[in-house]
Amino acid sequence: MKQHDINRLRTDKWAKYVLLACAAFLTIIILALIVFMGQQGLQTFLDVSPLEFFFSADWNPDNGKFGAFSFIAGSILVTVFSILVGGPIGILGAIFIAKLAPKWMRNILQPAVNLYMAIPSVVYGYIGLTVVVPAVRDFFDVPIGFGVFTASLILSIMILPTVISISNDALLSVPKMLEEGSVALGATYWQTIWNIVLPAARPGIVTAVILGMARAIGETMAVQMVIGNSPRLVDSLFAPTSTLPSEIVVEMGNTPFGSTWGNSLFMMALVLLLISLLMIFVVRKISSNAEVRA
Amino acid sequence: MYNLFKKSTVLALAIALGAGVMAGCGGEKKAEKPAADVKVEGKVAASGSTALLPLLKVGQEEFYKQHDKVTINLSGGGSFTGQKQVASGAVDIGNSDVALSDDLKDQGLVETKLVGIPFVFITNKDVTVDNLSAQQYVDILTGKITNWKEVGGADQKITLIHRAKSSGSRATIADVVLKGAQFTDNAVIQDSNGAVRSAIGTTPGAIGYVDAAYVDESVKALSYDGVKFSIDAVTGGKYPVYTFGRMFTKGEPKGAVKAFIDYVTSSAFQEANAEKQGFVPVTKMAK
Repeated sequence: MKQHDINRLRTDKWAKYVLLACAAFLTIIILALIVFMGQQGLQTFLDVSPLEFFFSADWNPDNGKFGAFSFIAGSILVTVFSILVGGPIGILGAIFIAKLAPKWMRNILQPAVNLYMAIPSVVYGYIGLTVVVPAVRDFFDVPIGFGVFTASLILSIMILPTVISISNDALLSVPKMLEEGSVALGATYWQTIWNIVLPAARPGIVTAVILGMARAIGETMAVQMVIGNSPRLVDSLFAPTSTLPSEIVVEMGNTPFGSTWGNSLFMMALVLLLISLLMIFVVRKISSNAEVRA
Repeated sequence: MYNLFKKSTVLALAIALGAGVMAGCGGEKKAEKPAADVKVEGKVAASGSTALLPLLKVGQEEFYKQHDKVTINLSGGGSFTGQKQVASGAVDIGNSDVALSDDLKDQGLVETKLVGIPFVFITNKDVTVDNLSAQQYVDILTGKITNWKEVGGADQKITLIHRAKSSGSRATIADVVLKGAQFTDNAVIQDSNGAVRSAIGTTPGAIGYVDAAYVDESVKALSYDGVKFSIDAVTGGKYPVYTFGRMFTKGEPKGAVKAFIDYVTSSAFQEANAEKQGFVPVTKMAK
């Protein structure tokens, strides 16, 4: 064999090991993360009963009260509200971009959506704090603009790029044949979209919505800046409350590592991670079901 | 042949880099400084309060000029972290702007006061009240008074904007002003002095507290029980809303640790730096 060929084969072998090492590295990191968070988080239950942690809204670490229910409720609430507003807008926007927009407009809109995704969340938060919070306060004539309403409003805008770009991909992958067949049978364009394209793209659109929710529930900075971070159960859309990530970020700076207090923050992070994993699992389930059917 | 060339290039680069790094490390500590009277050497590790960190950084720079054989590692982490780490022996000095927590009282920690840290209550500029009594502060912070008209102001809702439960500032106010009463949870929480100030500056009817150094034009400073904040009011014992920045050591400080603590608590260092950073020199404090 020529020297050249030997080198080629050697490169091939090494490339395989490098790729394997990278994959192993990724897996080890994610496993280590889960193990570490689990280990720290579960230690919470040495001092606090799970019942109290999950179902009590009394968060008073100074007096040994570690009820995280208000944070869990806050997280779920802002996620649901933001998807209720952002979901439909995102899906309808994606329909426009994928099916109705003239080509030149699509060529502007698609990169614009990607650009939109790259805006750091602190920018949303800062605009939220300086513009949206006072605007909400004045518009609804409430004493403070901090709270679930403002946080959901900002989140519903932040999840749009996720929802739009994934829905867009799903809509574009619907075979042209189906549409043409429907139009040929005399359906209007709207009927075609509603009855043919949307159902065909449904798994992809559901995925878009779930990933949008995953983005919303994990968002930290922007929410922390506008929700008020008060550890109390939400009783009004315009009163400060807290979410899991916002409470972690507000408290972690001064909470000693290894104390019950510190552990309970890890437990909150673990809850967040499990919710996200569950969402990813659901997405995978949906896409594998769709494949079977196709 | 080609590959051989590439390998040797990489090798050469790695050697050059390695040598560069080593040279960089070696060079840093070479500069000889005139030695102080007493030769101390060793390492000092300190962690804790982030509020005290800027002052200690200045102290570290100045200290190095006299003691070139001492290395000081300063890190943050928060007051409670500092206390916990010094108790466990992870660091030599735990910096804290709150008193020693109860569960660490039997650990043989020795406290050295570093500076006085005054706090000032601030409100949004639209609030017409200039002064509140100690009891009125308690009633507002616990949520008993919720409208400015109850304390002589306009008919406007009071919004409390302050710090999270893990904050040392909050612990101080709970201790000095509330004296054991509980803060209301009906409040907006921000995670730093600066964020509290800007939220109060933009929210009508808002009240909160910040380190005195953070008071500026964007908010209005309130008097406490008729006394306006000033350094003299604190040192004269008239203005009670302050705490001490403290340095905890396990047992009496000795060696390099003692030298550093003595340096930053010396009146020369204190008078030159403390007020500049919004603290009250400990050498001027009553007691």
